[in-house]
Amino acid sequence: MSSSSKARRPAGLFRNLSAKIASIPMVLTALVVFVGGTAWTVVYSFTSSKLLPKANFVGLDQYERLWSTRRWLISIENLAVYGFFSMIFTLLIGFTLAALLDRKIRGEDVFRTIFLYPFALSFVVTGLAWQWILNPDLGVQNVVRSMGWESFTFNPLNDPDIVIYGILIAGLWQGTGLIMCIMLAGLRGIDQEIWKAARVDGIGTVKTYVRIVIPMMRPVFITALVLIASGIIKIYDLVVAQTNGGPGIASEVPAKYVINYMFRAQNLGQGFAASTMMLLSVVIILIPWAYLEFGGKKRG
Amino acid sequence: MVDAVIPRGPKPRPRFSRTNIMLYGTLIVVAAYYALPLYVMIVTSLKGMPEIRIGNIFAPPVEVTYEPWVKAWAEACTGINCEGLSRGFWNSVQILIPSVILSIAIASVNGYALANWKFKGSEVFFTILIVGAFIPYQVMIYPLVIILREMGLYGNIWGLVMVHTIFGMPILTLLFRNYFTSVPEELFKAARVDGAGFWGIYFRIMLPMSLPIFVVAIILQVTGIWNDFLFGVIYTKPADYPMTVQLNNIVNSVQGVKEYNVNMAATLLTGLVPLIIYFASGKLFVRGIAAGAVKG
Repeated sequence: MSSSSKARRPAGLFRNLSAKIASIPMVLTALVVFVGGTAWTVVYSFTSSKLLPKANFVGLDQYERLWSTRRWLISIENLAVYGFFSMIFTLLIGFTLAALLDRKIRGEDVFRTIFLYPFALSFVVTGLAWQWILNPDLGVQNVVRSMGWESFTFNPLNDPDIVIYGILIAGLWQGTGLIMCIMLAGLRGIDQEIWKAARVDGIGTVKTYVRIVIPMMRPVFITALVLIASGIIKIYDLVVAQTNGGPGIASEVPAKYVINYMFRAQNLGQGFAASTMMLLSVVIILIPWAYLEFGGKKRG
Repeated sequence: MVDAVIPRGPKPRPRFSRTNIMLYGTLIVVAAYYALPLYVMIVTSLKGMPEIRIGNIFAPPVEVTYEPWVKAWAEACTGINCEGLSRGFWNSVQILIPSVILSIAIASVNGYALANWKFKGSEVFFTILIVGAFIPYQVMIYPLVIILREMGLYGNIWGLVMVHTIFGMPILTLLFRNYFTSVPEELFKAARVDGAGFWGIYFRIMLPMSLPIFVVAIILQVTGIWNDFLFGVIYTKPADYPMTVQLNNIVNSVQGVKEYNVNMAATLLTGLVPLIIYFASGKLFVRGIAAGAVKG
């Protein structure tokens, strides 16, 4: 590429030379790590690599094994449940809090600061804090029982059937503040005349939100959705800290599966196949979004 | 529960109207819920173990003790050694400082080149960078292990610094590019006429003008890198583990009797740096995450 442009215009390559030299780290990151690294992982997911990457191709064997491994199926199911509820509740709580804060209240800064501080904390800190609060012997369950309700049971972290909801509680606590902030910025961007017009027409507040404001905030909701979705797929440290995948393998997630197979079980091929599946899920989410975001503009 | 109480009317009503009571009531209840974990961590870390075993986790300490904090900092065990979290803290500091400086230096120059010195293909690389921000890290982790091993950086702090620089690049480059694009072009042109080159304009004009955006970038990077767990666990050896990794090893260690007060003191110690930054920076933090919203 560079040699042909060089042939046509000898000075071309050297124009802006400082800028080009300064951009070398960016170019290397983009080409070698992002494009090269991704392509490498996808290619090696078709090999039987164990301890070290080896280029002996075995077709879709790794994927077949992946989809018949119970641990992976549980991971996917957990991700689906966590993802579904996380998406709904994050949007619902984030928007509701933003709408409440947008009602010209006193002490908005104080409330916003309190709702957002969990977002500054790491997932490890979040997971450990909630592990303690949900501790069956000394945490919330114990407090309610000691108040007289002896049969009260709330022990999600030790119950394989509901452990993922225990993680969801912690995840929502950490992440809803961010979505609230984005929603609040979106609400602030809406023309205040809308409210006057709605009042003149006698439309109630709730109805104004549902019928007028939310449809106007479509781009904000899409941004929020993309944000929540990519956060869900990445979920890893929260699980490691809060349950470490337990009890048993009941709260395993795909990102943890990948790391376990690559660095603990020394089965690189499985790790590559699983990470390629993660990539695929991102692509499936991103393509419709990119289409909505950029496809429309080009035509317009 | 929360969404059931949506107030009516766009303007504030008389102070004690029903709407206002519901509005503030909801906000206060929700705020209490969000504040609760921090409160529980603090009170737990100030109690002795006997008090924790018989008491209520929401009750304030009867007898305040700072012993758990001392123990968490200097004596807590990760299984093999018992030096406390202090080692992890200093490891994190050693990782943080070069990572923040290097990632911001490179990304600000990237952003500057993309805004003011476009060259053939520069937009293509930028697009790859932004799309790359959405690729799960798990996909690029192993190729990076190989690259770092070839460079002799795998398993030491500088390898991790490089990883933080690489994965911080998309969002930071975007942040700086957008900022530099908004600087009036006349300034840039005037400097060009005066004979200033790429670096001259960067250091004498752009840098002094863009201190606020540098502060935003620093806030973003310090909290992001301090809170990192995944890269720390993969790209460093146990002796160099950052604070988050060591914290997890201390709290989730299977050996010995669980000391919940020490665990909570350790957890708070690890959360302290980002919390201080958060409470001190206020609106700038919000601006950072608003910019980071694109990162995903």
